[in-house]
Amino acid sequence: MATKRVAICAVAQHKNGSDLWHKRFQGMLLDVLEELQAQTGFTFDEETGVNTIVSCSDDFFDARTISDNGVADVLGAQYRGEEKIAQEGLNAVGYAQAVILSGYADLVLVMGHCKESQSESRRMIANMGFDPFYGRAVGLDNLNAAALQARAYMKKAGLTEEHLAGIVVRTRQFAARNPYANAREIVEAGKVIASPQLCDPIRQLHAYPVSDGAVGMLLASEERAAEFTDRPVWIAGFANCMDSYFLGDRDLTANFALKQAAGRAYRKAGIADPRKEIDLVEVMDAYAYQQPLWIEGLGLCGDGEGARFLDQGGQEKYRVNLSGGMLAGNPVIIAGLYRAAEAALQLRGEAGERQAPDLKRAVAHSTTGAAGQFHSVLILER
Amino acid sequence: MTMQEDHKDCFVLEGKMALPNQYFAGRLGSRFLIAIRDRKKIMGLKCNQCGKTFVPPREYCEKCWTKIADNWVELGTEGELVNFTVVRYGDRHLPKKPPYILGQIRLDGADTPLVHIVEGIDPREVESGIRVKAVFAAKTTNTIMDIDHFEPV
Repeated sequence: MATKRVAICAVAQHKNGSDLWHKRFQGMLLDVLEELQAQTGFTFDEETGVNTIVSCSDDFFDARTISDNGVADVLGAQYRGEEKIAQEGLNAVGYAQAVILSGYADLVLVMGHCKESQSESRRMIANMGFDPFYGRAVGLDNLNAAALQARAYMKKAGLTEEHLAGIVVRTRQFAARNPYANAREIVEAGKVIASPQLCDPIRQLHAYPVSDGAVGMLLASEERAAEFTDRPVWIAGFANCMDSYFLGDRDLTANFALKQAAGRAYRKAGIADPRKEIDLVEVMDAYAYQQPLWIEGLGLCGDGEGARFLDQGGQEKYRVNLSGGMLAGNPVIIAGLYRAAEAALQLRGEAGERQAPDLKRAVAHSTTGAAGQFHSVLILER
Repeated sequence: MTMQEDHKDCFVLEGKMALPNQYFAGRLGSRFLIAIRDRKKIMGLKCNQCGKTFVPPREYCEKCWTKIADNWVELGTEGELVNFTVVRYGDRHLPKKPPYILGQIRLDGADTPLVHIVEGIDPREVESGIRVKAVFAAKTTNTIMDIDHFEPV
């Protein structure tokens, strides 16, 4: 375990929307930056201010290569050091932690943005993530790859249409209490079950809506955290793991990479039994079936026991996705960073109508790559 | 952060990313695709250490790091449909008009299923476990689409 600690001092979220055509992503980042400054009073002073920024954006969604260069000013990065994470934004938090623990910087700003609505089809962008010979050629994208995983997992775990509908209904109930969430309308289970099949067995309402958003955080060393907040949230552990690229090389229901990432993060946090030591979980559930699947991978229930976890009230016991989760609408490349922001707000007691009582330790999860190729796990403590 | 901005005189610019480019198929990839294109044979690479046979080709066994680049084995052109979905949305990157079946096919002799299109069966009747065979394309694209699709045996 690291002897020094790193704190999240503040988080700021832009409200998610399905078509924020009237906001440039630059403007969304600027809103986030201004709010972080208003909360903490941090400066860009060369001696005492922020001089290192870790950003997260996607070149294809921005339709601009080296997408961070074009937003440097609103990242607070102009005239300063900056690096972009070419991964889901939760990894920017892990990277920022490493930067601070190394002693290179004692303050790091983490900033992420994505406007899925800018592209004609987010599935087309996902298709470009596959190799051109074997994956792209057959039209693989995040949705149809997930559908293959969904069928295999539903069979293994005994997950039914009713389970999936229940996840969506609950998601919307919590999203309605989250002013930053995108899809906040209450839905009935019958409407979910009656929604058209998109890619069997994934129905329209099982999939997260097209979303635009931006989110940021200020991280500081233990020595400096008190300058910016009286409610620091501590990073207790972070880890990630990459699985095989080709879908056929993987057991799509085995959670290999997530189990590795979670195991490493728990060890770093000194957690022996996550089922007894975790109070709140935010998982990156792009599709309804993923919520119990990732819960299995995090070790909060056994292999193939995701349906039982739902039946036995596991979602309330572990306060799963009180934000509404990704299913309520976050852009794909920063949905994990939103998870961390929500977990941090909960630990600070600032989660408003969705606030849970008596929290000590929370998990934020993220994934990228078709059907969960890559997973990241962040453990936060009060 | 609220969003009560004034939308007067606001407009969006239409753009399009279109950049012709090339990909080297790789030495193994070239051999693999040429075997399909010219000989209608599907080849795998076998790790003698693990006993696992991989397709598409790669130089190393991911499990034990044995170099397998020269250990070609011929796979069957038939196999089992081990998993599938029915694509019901339309998109420019999709090779077919919806609805169509996208499946994972474990070829005889292979351990890793290939993702490909399944035709010749109604999407409402398809089931995992059925036997399917490769139907080779009349025209080459130098990709896995040199197998046009799979269909029930």
